Amino acid sequence: MKKLLSGNEAVARGAWEAGVNVVSAYPGTPSTEILENLGKYKEVYAELATNEKVGLEVAAGASFGGARALTCMKHVGLNVAADPLFSMAYIGATGGLVVVTADDPGMHSSQNEQDNRYYAKMAKIPCLEPSDSQECLAFAKLAFELSEQFDTPVLLRLTTRISHSKGVVELGQRAEHTPAGYVKDIVKRITIPAHARKMHVKVEDRLRRLSEYGETFAGNTIERGDKKLGIITSGISYQYARDVFPDASFLKLGLTHPLPQKLIAGFIKSVDEIYVIEENDPFLEEQIKAAGYFVKGSCAYDSPITGKDKVPITGELDPTVVARSFGLQRESSVQPIAVPARPPVLCPGCPHRGVFYAISKLKLTATGDIGCYTLGMMEPLGAMDTVICMGGSVTAAMGLEKALGPEMARRTVAVIGDSTFFHSGITGLIDMVYNNAQGTVVILDNRITAMTGHQQNPGSGRTLQGQTSPVLSLEDICHACGVKHVAVVDPLDLKATEAALKAAAGHPGVSVVIAKSPCILIDKKFKPTLHVDEDACVGCKLCLKLGCPAISFDSARKKSKIDPIFCTGCEVCASLCPKKAMKR
Amino acid sequence: MKTVNILICGVGGQGVLLAGDIIAETAIAAGFDAKKSEVHGMAQRGGSVVSHVRYGDRVNSPLIREGEADVILSFEEMETARYLSFLKPGGAVIINRQQVMPMTVATGQAQYPADIVDRIRAQVPNTALCDGPALSAQAGSAKTINVVLVGALARQLGIPGETWIATISSRVPPKTVEMNRKAFELGYDD
Ligand SMILES: Cc1ncc(C[n+]2csc(CCOP(=O)(O)OP(=O)(O)O)c2C)c(N)n1
Repeated sequence: MKKLLSGNEAVARGAWEAGVNVVSAYPGTPSTEILENLGKYKEVYAELATNEKVGLEVAAGASFGGARALTCMKHVGLNVAADPLFSMAYIGATGGLVVVTADDPGMHSSQNEQDNRYYAKMAKIPCLEPSDSQECLAFAKLAFELSEQFDTPVLLRLTTRISHSKGVVELGQRAEHTPAGYVKDIVKRITIPAHARKMHVKVEDRLRRLSEYGETFAGNTIERGDKKLGIITSGISYQYARDVFPDASFLKLGLTHPLPQKLIAGFIKSVDEIYVIEENDPFLEEQIKAAGYFVKGSCAYDSPITGKDKVPITGELDPTVVARSFGLQRESSVQPIAVPARPPVLCPGCPHRGVFYAISKLKLTATGDIGCYTLGMMEPLGAMDTVICMGGSVTAAMGLEKALGPEMARRTVAVIGDSTFFHSGITGLIDMVYNNAQGTVVILDNRITAMTGHQQNPGSGRTLQGQTSPVLSLEDICHACGVKHVAVVDPLDLKATEAALKAAAGHPGVSVVIAKSPCILIDKKFKPTLHVDEDACVGCKLCLKLGCPAISFDSARKKSKIDPIFCTGCEVCASLCPKKAMKR
Repeated sequence: MKTVNILICGVGGQGVLLAGDIIAETAIAAGFDAKKSEVHGMAQRGGSVVSHVRYGDRVNSPLIREGEADVILSFEEMETARYLSFLKPGGAVIINRQQVMPMTVATGQAQYPADIVDRIRAQVPNTALCDGPALSAQAGSAKTINVVLVGALARQLGIPGETWIATISSRVPPKTVEMNRKAFELGYDD
């Protein structure tokens, strides 16, 4: 059967067809739909992990038992999971162990453009790079086989355009995999130095065998065209290059680590000129150049290899960028018409808005974190100062206090979402308490992981596959971490929120304010909309400071107005209006 | 057959992504290879949204190259302008008569570009307007705007109407099939 599937859906389908037993992962754009789709298969145990390190370790444990296991994450998630990744690279896999990384060239929803193929190189494990949805399915299946055959975790590397593009996919059947059961083997699984030294020798040998495998691997393909130009490429870049250079010869690499050097050498010799076309970093190019082909005399090839001298390192590729890199883009005859930007905004009715309004009003420094609430940085709220990475809000506030003293701490709050707090905020909070810090942490508890599409989390009482589970209390956790002053407040109540922030700042030591109110999109049960009574409105524009998409200002009439299509009836603007002009 | 390129743009929440799915699935049902691409995530929170759909004998890139879109189907007047460089010379634009104010305009920091539709028309003679809000109301719900617009596009593409209706029926809630069929026809005949 054929179906139109996204790359993520196809990876999930491929893993299912391969008989995957256990999946544990933390969401992150653009990887999230892999986990969500695997959660729909009743034959698979799939869970939302608290963070990526946890996800990879749970998958590793399952592999110890002979199960086929998978974890998936966005590119920066692999930084969090790097520790177990490197150990598992030495330990290897009993049941197939697949780690999917979805990188985000162009940073559609990320803080950097890191190229995770380098993780495969550094950890010395194989890296598969599909170039469309059909290959996503095929490579996901293959990854389990390679993992077991070569006793290694396998990195399956996607990018946003692979994950979120859809293409036609031929579906197969599931082949059940029954876990072989646990067999004790301490030399294999305890990474003490004495064992690890032996493991490293095996890892190097494994790399050599994998490289040999790549020489004849069907996913490393040569497409013969004009012998004047040969293009070496992988992943989505292949598709762009194929459109821009329809007549060229191609070496399309599906296994990009380790590289099949003999295949590459043969291809280079068979054409007159070589372009290496890849997105972001020169991962292939560097290794190909390091092999010395373009150095006169070292091989029968004496023409320089073109790559990042033409193709940009920064930003996402697309067919236009590839064509432009080689002077092949005919520029548009259309005169550009300037239009205002349309950046994403906090939704109307979003409970985060109340907290940011209070922070903005009190002119606090806010060390921020990653989630929907990062949008609190946008004007007119402008209520966030820093974002490092998940969990970094708590610790950055602590660092500021240690550098500049308790006065700074009284003017600073760390702002973190509930899911982010479970992910990696707790350890920072313990550090604050342990090291006698002064400071306030605000946990934005909207009862869900909103940013990545409303996943459940340890505070919401539901698992990925719909079971009920204990609702972890943020209050209890903070108390257990040793925080003396924990306040819970409704962020839709502006006065109470402001008062809670002030009280927390006045408190010695570490204090936590939990702003608790569910995300407006969880059940979408909106209250009746409000409208502006124009007789009452004096045009003071105070309501505009909330940055609510439902509120705008009619400059001709000098009155605020509320768009009933957007208004959710949260009444935050009504509570702010000095003239009580917002009415039902 | 030469690959057909359709770029759909609008604002998060308007149903751009579903429209893209319907077009790609209809093309496949009509026997073509097809790909589509869009970015989820941040953009969904009221940001600008774009979806590329391509179909033909064999499709490589899921993204359209600038200057090669046969049609731009725009759900929001101003968003059309953001993607005009994708249109091929002689290409067609279909604009839904709807304006959604971005935050910068709502707060008075920026202005919604005046006579945007006329300025687009001045450059693209083949510009069609579709009164999505009115036609969807006629069909029975504002939620069918995206299907109205798919109808307006379908008229330009030459895939039979039944093929469209079959995919639409498979993608909308069962209770709304009739309403969506009507929305498609209103857009098609408009
Ligand atoms: C290491 C890492 N993993 C995952 C992500 C993707 N991500 C960004 S925000 C977020 C969830 C935020 O949820 P929460 O803290 O509850 O805030 P909300 O979006 O609900 O406001 C996730 C998973 C990331 N940026 N970094």
